[in-house]
Amino acid sequence: MKTTAFIGALAAAVLGTGAASAQTLEDVNERGALNCGVNTGLVGFAAPDANGSWQGFDVALCRAVAAAVLGDPEAVEFIPTTGKTRFTALASGEIDVLSRNTTWTFSRDNDLKFEFTGINYYDGQGFIVPKALGVTSAKELDGATICVQTGTTTELNLADFFRKNNIEYEPVPIETNAEALQQYNAGACDAYTTDASGLAASRATFENPTEHVILPEIISKEPLGPLVRHGDNEWGDIVRWTLNALIAAEEYGVTSANVQDMASSPTDSPEINRLLGTEGNLGEMIGLSNDWAVNAISAGGNYGEIFARNIGEDTPIGLARGLNAQWTEGGLLYAPPFR
Amino acid sequence: MADTHAESVAYVRDGFLPERPAPARETGVVGWLRQNLFSSVPYTILTLATLWVIWQLGAAILPWLWGGVWHVDSIRACREVLEGAAGGCFAVLTERWAQLLFGFSYPSGEYWRLGVAFVLLGVCLAPVLFPDLPRRLLIATLIYPFVAYWLIWGGTPLAAVSGLAGLAGGAAAFRTVASRGALLGGIAGLAALLAIWWIGGELAAAAPGFLALPPVASRNIGGFALNMILGTVCVSLSLPFGILLALGRQSRLPIIKIACIAFIEFIRGVPLITLLFVANVVLAYFLPPGTTFDLILRVVIMITMFASAYIAEVIRGGLAALPRGQYEAADALGLDYWQAVRLVILPQALKISIPGIVNVAVGLFKDTTLVSIISMFDVVGMIRGPILASTEWNGVYWELYGFAALLFFVTCYGISQYSQWLERRLATDTR
Amino acid sequence: MSLSSEHQGGLRPSTLLNDTRYRGLTFQFLALLAIIALMAWLGANLVGNLAAAGLNFGYGFLDEPAGYDINQALISYTSRDTHLRAAFVGVLNTLLVAVLGCIAATIIGVVAGILRLSKNWLVARLMSAYVEAFRNVPVLIWILIIGAVVTVSGANPREFLGEEAARGLLFGGFAFTNRGLYIPALSLGPGAGIVIAAALAGLVGAILWRRAVPRTLHATGRLLPSWPLWVILIAPGLLANLILSDALTLSMPDTMSNRFNIQGGLLIGKPLVALWLALSVYTGAFIAENVRAGILSVSQGQTEAAAALGLRPRRIMNLVILPQALRVIVPPVISQYLNLTKNSSLAIAVGYADLTATLGGITLNQTGRAIECVLLLMLFYLVISLAISGVMNFYNASVALKER
Repeated sequence: MKTTAFIGALAAAVLGTGAASAQTLEDVNERGALNCGVNTGLVGFAAPDANGSWQGFDVALCRAVAAAVLGDPEAVEFIPTTGKTRFTALASGEIDVLSRNTTWTFSRDNDLKFEFTGINYYDGQGFIVPKALGVTSAKELDGATICVQTGTTTELNLADFFRKNNIEYEPVPIETNAEALQQYNAGACDAYTTDASGLAASRATFENPTEHVILPEIISKEPLGPLVRHGDNEWGDIVRWTLNALIAAEEYGVTSANVQDMASSPTDSPEINRLLGTEGNLGEMIGLSNDWAVNAISAGGNYGEIFARNIGEDTPIGLARGLNAQWTEGGLLYAPPFR
Repeated sequence: MADTHAESVAYVRDGFLPERPAPARETGVVGWLRQNLFSSVPYTILTLATLWVIWQLGAAILPWLWGGVWHVDSIRACREVLEGAAGGCFAVLTERWAQLLFGFSYPSGEYWRLGVAFVLLGVCLAPVLFPDLPRRLLIATLIYPFVAYWLIWGGTPLAAVSGLAGLAGGAAAFRTVASRGALLGGIAGLAALLAIWWIGGELAAAAPGFLALPPVASRNIGGFALNMILGTVCVSLSLPFGILLALGRQSRLPIIKIACIAFIEFIRGVPLITLLFVANVVLAYFLPPGTTFDLILRVVIMITMFASAYIAEVIRGGLAALPRGQYEAADALGLDYWQAVRLVILPQALKISIPGIVNVAVGLFKDTTLVSIISMFDVVGMIRGPILASTEWNGVYWELYGFAALLFFVTCYGISQYSQWLERRLATDTR
Repeated sequence: MSLSSEHQGGLRPSTLLNDTRYRGLTFQFLALLAIIALMAWLGANLVGNLAAAGLNFGYGFLDEPAGYDINQALISYTSRDTHLRAAFVGVLNTLLVAVLGCIAATIIGVVAGILRLSKNWLVARLMSAYVEAFRNVPVLIWILIIGAVVTVSGANPREFLGEEAARGLLFGGFAFTNRGLYIPALSLGPGAGIVIAAALAGLVGAILWRRAVPRTLHATGRLLPSWPLWVILIAPGLLANLILSDALTLSMPDTMSNRFNIQGGLLIGKPLVALWLALSVYTGAFIAENVRAGILSVSQGQTEAAAALGLRPRRIMNLVILPQALRVIVPPVISQYLNLTKNSSLAIAVGYADLTATLGGITLNQTGRAIECVLLLMLFYLVISLAISGVMNFYNASVALKER
């Protein structure tokens, strides 16, 4: 079976035939699985658990897309990527969608030719320091040694922040979050900087979480979201509207518990009906079955449920909704209307 | 005569004195100590310094080993149990051993397949390693790759069987036709090979369930098993390429020689990690759009290229060590180039090169840990990725790396001991 | 008639294969065609893929500001400098750790190799254990372990800081912390050039003296003492510095001015210390094996003959064994240097900003120019290794000349 696949690949290579970039949906259907690029290990966002199954906030989005397209949230191949390999993996077609807490920036969108299909987490870069240092503001970190994870936008923000405030620092670039924490806990750095969500997640694993403070400054905007290749707008729309469906579902009160009920017969709310396919033909417009959103929501619940289960206040990571609350509750989540 | 002598020289003793035991300070434990450890002042200082180093190491490591915690479910529980006392948190090993050895997504019910594959590897390598065993056992070695393929990746054995049958059929066709010319034989062999593979591929596709083991995708293989697979596959694949490259480098044909030199020097000149970057981030751009090889396949290709260049250099050393007369004698017998190489040159050159090849193999096996840097979950990748990232075990460090180091040490030390044994054996043969 | 038939035969395709005169040419022609076809195929795919993805191949990004900081740079560098300069910082850092590592690995390897042959059982065993432990475990694991060891064994610099510090600087100027090794820095005052010139003159004088010793020994049979060597080496620079008072001064690390770190002095960063240590201890184990093999390759009779001439053990080693052993030792040791340089590409595992970490790491990440960066990276390592191979060939040639 493997040999035939290999011979097939060779034949394809020799004949020079291959899929054009604009048919990701067909490829996914043919393959029967979604190839989703995720982090190699960031607790709460994407990490395999003790049984080897991937869990996390970014992972849940992959499962939702797989459920929307293929009807099966388990039909996902998770492909771990590092900061270095994620963009090539996407550009070369190895993965169909990258859901790896990736910051939406101008150059990634336009120079690297990727399409960000929305924002699933509004983050910002912060600092954590030991309480014993008595530091209350990042601007007091003049001369400090700061651990920073390499391969992300954080090291650029860090350089900009210190330059703007005209203070000195000593960066220690580290490859993985776990090793950065090890350095920080051993006192090899005075402070550790990464996305504030990551700081909170990490502090939870410390020996004495209360002896560390997260400084009030958030020195950057980090809109994290899933991305796909330029040039396949149909596929981009599928990912974008799957995310929107999860957000809208929370707004309308559709949860994994009641979605089957609501989808079985039209409800009083036309918005919900259109979303769940009991009214209109939105699924057809996007090239999927009419119950695509039902599948996506059943996979792991609406946005709020996914958040609460993976990174919410009842998890060890304990993040508050903050900016990531619905617009009706003072946050930034605002799904365009389904009509 | 003896009497006269005894009378005239009164002090000559007429019997042997009984042997006295050597002085106590020259024998036994004390003597050994004096000779080996305290024979002079500098030696004594050296000995004491060494003892101090060993004491320091022991004082740091032993309590950590003795005081270890083996059965809790997280590092926080470890800390509670230890309450600040010295001791390792070995519970991470008892909980995650399967992930360290097999990766996190190899189906746990199928671990036995990897185990059997590696035990069989040891068995089937034996005929190659121990020349005293009957030659017929080499057949087992030839069959092994196909059995291992079926065990590790699962699916129907038809694919593996057809692979093997293809090789056998190809070889048979070559044998029967080769008398009419090597080229014709080669073509016939290749045709037979491809035909059988094609039929086998169709068969396997038609009956995927025949005797099938649950299939496992290569990206689901990880941990130390991935290191073993990469090491074994790449070294075996690189041997034929290495031989060809070495012959090419010795060739009298300038273009072939230059091409081989350029390839070898290029590969040997760059670090493996840059070649892995190529496999991971660049190779895709050099292939037609839509061909997405498995990452593991791309990595195998690059590591095989890497190993081929090094093995080529080792074999070139073996070729150069052969006396000129061997080449001339082969020519004088009227053998053509390939006959001379096959019957006279290579058997001798390879024998000389074996220790060097083993060294390259060990080095390469160790270098397979670099795949962790390109996001593959080998044993180091498992540690640096999922295990250290988990909330339960973030902060456990020495235990995990110590375990990984131990795995490699046991494997590589075994191989290098074998290589030294072989070297001694070959040395007595030639003298 | 016969001529023309032979000529006709030359045109038959089978002759190209079967005639030894042409066969070589035919094969080469085919090989060349195959290589060109392969290159063309790869190139065409590359162009096609880049065009399909809307990307353009080019090195223009090297002129743009890098935007990231580097903790250890031998030349001045800020985050506003270009990617090219960042790459250059990486090149220098790679060369720095390679050179330091080669020196340390040689020392460690020679000592361990000789001690492994020692008659002292305990020392020989310890050295065997060292060599086997490092040869049989991947370098990446050693780099990670040694990086962690350095981190936990260094003191926190805050313990040195302030009025009532928990620790004092060693000799008033040295501190080993988990951020690195602080040592006094040389600061150049007026007249420093003269002092440096004097010190260099001392060095030249010392080399001349060293050469003069064997010459006089051979010419007159008189063995000159060795102490003047040190006087010639040290005195000129020292005197010049005394006369031009304070031309060269040591600037000591400062523990008062900052609350986080020791300031001033020279900081050899922890990443460099860790990588340097790991690479040299790892490579040292391999060099030890080469040294041992080299010494064992000199036959026992040489030692015995030298002893019969009445030489002392140290002189036997220096005058008889080592010169012969070196011919065996040097070529593999040079290829170990090459390995060390290539292994230094794992620097990012301990946070050291070598070329693979700057150009092949952060620059690649930030610009997404994978092909360009990886090609440049390979080119650099290729140049380095060709240079080292060149040195090795030169050495081999010079040794071979002496032999005959």
